Amino acid sequence: MSSLVVESPGLLSTVQDLGRPGFGAVGVSPSGAADPVALQIGNRLVGNAPGKAALEMTLAGGTFAFPEGGVICLAGADFGAQLGGKELTTWRAHAILPGKRVTLGATRDFARCYLCVAGGIVVEEFLGSASTHLLSGLGGWQGRALKKGDILPVGEVTQRIRQRKMKSGVLEALRPRKTLRVTRGPQWEWFAEEMRKKLFEEEFLVSQESNRMGLRLEGPRLATREKREMISEGAPLGAIQVTPSGQAIVLFVEQQTTGGYPKIANAIGADLHRLGQLRPRDTVRFSEVSFEQARALWIEQQGLLNSEEQLFA
Amino acid sequence: MRFQAASDQALLVYLGEEIGAATHQRVVRLLHLLQCERVAWIRNIQPAYSSLLISFDARAVDHAEAQARITEYEKRAETLPATKARLVEVPVCYGGEFGPDLDAVAAKNGLTAAKVIALHCTRTYHAYFLGFAPGFAYLGDVAREIAMPRLETPRKEVPAGSVAIAGRQTAVYPFATPGGWRLIGRTPLEIFKKDREPMGWIAIGDQVRFRPISREEYAWRSRA
Repeated sequence: MSSLVVESPGLLSTVQDLGRPGFGAVGVSPSGAADPVALQIGNRLVGNAPGKAALEMTLAGGTFAFPEGGVICLAGADFGAQLGGKELTTWRAHAILPGKRVTLGATRDFARCYLCVAGGIVVEEFLGSASTHLLSGLGGWQGRALKKGDILPVGEVTQRIRQRKMKSGVLEALRPRKTLRVTRGPQWEWFAEEMRKKLFEEEFLVSQESNRMGLRLEGPRLATREKREMISEGAPLGAIQVTPSGQAIVLFVEQQTTGGYPKIANAIGADLHRLGQLRPRDTVRFSEVSFEQARALWIEQQGLLNSEEQLFA
Repeated sequence: MRFQAASDQALLVYLGEEIGAATHQRVVRLLHLLQCERVAWIRNIQPAYSSLLISFDARAVDHAEAQARITEYEKRAETLPATKARLVEVPVCYGGEFGPDLDAVAAKNGLTAAKVIALHCTRTYHAYFLGFAPGFAYLGDVAREIAMPRLETPRKEVPAGSVAIAGRQTAVYPFATPGGWRLIGRTPLEIFKKDREPMGWIAIGDQVRFRPISREEYAWRSRA
């Protein structure tokens, strides 16, 4: 089995796949890649099944060596990856010769970059997934972020990898945006018209205290019509909940599974990967779509991600 | 029963509008039925006090269709006999370094620490649901006399095994996590263990009792 050696981990790098849905009743949130679109395309570009485990890097990448060589793809944000002084472009496969190392730096555009390796990163699965859940220290590589000196096993490559090019327009259609589309949340009626207007007309700032559990938003303060006690209930991924102080928090992949704050809106499925590409200090706006539109957009996006013909030239 | 779209791929099913044993029973019954049936279009189920959040495969169903199907399941769930609850015991070493808020809970309610412990461990609690973190069970209802609001500023790290109170709920922290509940003791048990079946010591629908143990018993149990 070949391997990937962590010579320096970068700011926060974890092993992620598409997560482990289905364990809400034991309090386990699905976790998984913050940008599952980038993960899936990156995997396909190295000939993997779309849900194979890869490295998720946050804001700044590290240095990774490949003692036995391999084929990799960098997908998502551009972290200025280099191989022996030569730049490695994102969204295409690169062959790495044995003993070579890939060095990444600070992001040039968005929050997360995926390093996908042909064969995938092989870790012991927890509840059917390789995803790291940082809060509980479960899954992924020893339940934690990568450290210098970690040696991650890489799976066997059984087929020849052919170089493929993204079809024009595909990346543009999936590109991160600063305006996220939302549907009305379960407590939408608790918020007066002026608060709803604030949500859609004003700009929010992603706080430094944002992470895989949630994105805290600074800027406009939101409040319900009156103080109301709410019975804690399940909260979906992408829920925009409002705390008693008026701060909006968007629940993210390592979210608390339940919560007692009212939820004014919810990011749509087709924009969840865009949430994963927001950096601290980025601005974000929200626009409303209907449940029918959101569902149509999701079905269209899933169709695209599951069709090699539509993805690749 | 009341339905509310929660996201483009999730539906909230409210089985009552209050926290209580009857609504809890309905939640558990519907959850168990949906789990047994392994419903293909359901991606995840998150139960809570009086509701289930159902995440669905939006390629297979929309909200209206999900609602119609859940309504049918709920009708069937009502006819099922109530599942017999498991009785689960959690040993706790109260006070001292393990329960830094025990004295505050006592003072707030005008009781001695010993009385707080007695009130906490003589009740049998419902495990209403698990949430917040893997294995974290919301247990209720705590006696009114020892109810206690959350800390204004949550602790950055609560030690694993901490037994805590918030309002009329009590819980055991399975992992060292941030937390705002009032800490009154600690259990030597591993509340969530990934190599164990079941992984969680407490499951939704269980009846839970706390048993006071000495520091000696805590010490030997945590070594075991």
